[in-house]
Amino acid sequence: MAGPSHAHHDSHGHDDHLDGEADFHISFKGYAIGFILSVILTAMPFWLVMGKVLPSPKLTGLVILGFAAVQMVVHMIYFLHMNAKVEQGWSMLALMFTAALVVIMLSGSVWVMYHMNANMMPTPDPAAMRNMP
Amino acid sequence: MSASIATHVNGAPVYFDHSGEHHPPGSTMLGFWLYLMSDCLIFAVLFGTYAVLGRNYAAGPSGADLFDLPLVAVNTGLLLFSSITYGFAMIAMQARKKSQLLAWLAVTGLFGLGFLGIELFEFHHLIHEGSGPGRSAFLSSFFTLVGTHGLHVTFGTIWLVTLMVQVHKLGLTPANRRRLMCLSMFWHFLDVVWIGVFTFVYLMGVL
Repeated sequence: MAGPSHAHHDSHGHDDHLDGEADFHISFKGYAIGFILSVILTAMPFWLVMGKVLPSPKLTGLVILGFAAVQMVVHMIYFLHMNAKVEQGWSMLALMFTAALVVIMLSGSVWVMYHMNANMMPTPDPAAMRNMP
Repeated sequence: MSASIATHVNGAPVYFDHSGEHHPPGSTMLGFWLYLMSDCLIFAVLFGTYAVLGRNYAAGPSGADLFDLPLVAVNTGLLLFSSITYGFAMIAMQARKKSQLLAWLAVTGLFGLGFLGIELFEFHHLIHEGSGPGRSAFLSSFFTLVGTHGLHVTFGTIWLVTLMVQVHKLGLTPANRRRLMCLSMFWHFLDVVWIGVFTFVYLMGVL
């Protein structure tokens, strides 16, 4: 297909080895560990909420947010094969940058809007608000 | 050679290859990862919107009135199972077992369709009983967030079927393996987003 000065000598050499495949080896064990961990980490928050196990909703909310954070990390490591070596660390760098943006955006939005709500005109109690037209 | 432009420098042909077969090493995976990160920002914005508006019921129903947790648990299970079956597909791909790969992809696709079916049922049920996206700010942000995730799963399923046809026709070529690895990242990424959805929207919504 190519002319004499076509410089693709290596295109057949790594035919059996895709670029991204060099960074990790997909193993059954890794997926099994990830799956078992995420089943536990999914079942726990559902059980906590549906069984009303903990005394206060606020505490339950914090605990299930913790479970979600841990499960996200588990998925990142075992399913998305994320580590500091993939793409010479650029993937991790992009992830960290995105995570920083997300945290600033989410906490900032909630913080600002909470204070906006708190500084609104006084309203009657929330129960009465629900029955307003 | 139709996509290449040939010019002649001192009689020797020089090619500018546009066939897309010869990327610099590793660029596709990193590029796709960057796309996923930008998608992550889209979801972060929608989560932020829901965090701000999620309690503005406009005297309408709240999450505790609407959400059916056992159904959400089934949905979560389907997506989790589809993640592990996609993992098995990747293991089959690594071992160059084409029919096994196609079988696991089919199972993954069925789990994905099951997820979408349940979500459409839930949406239809909500809209039918008057709790559509126009009812309150809470429901608008809910439908936008969960619907965007559902759209991603829809396109992921279409992509999966496309790749099944490609693999069936062309075999496990390097290009197809690269596509399968991209879809793997996409699919697992959607599962990560769903962790946020079922925790933050559904479970915390009924607290």
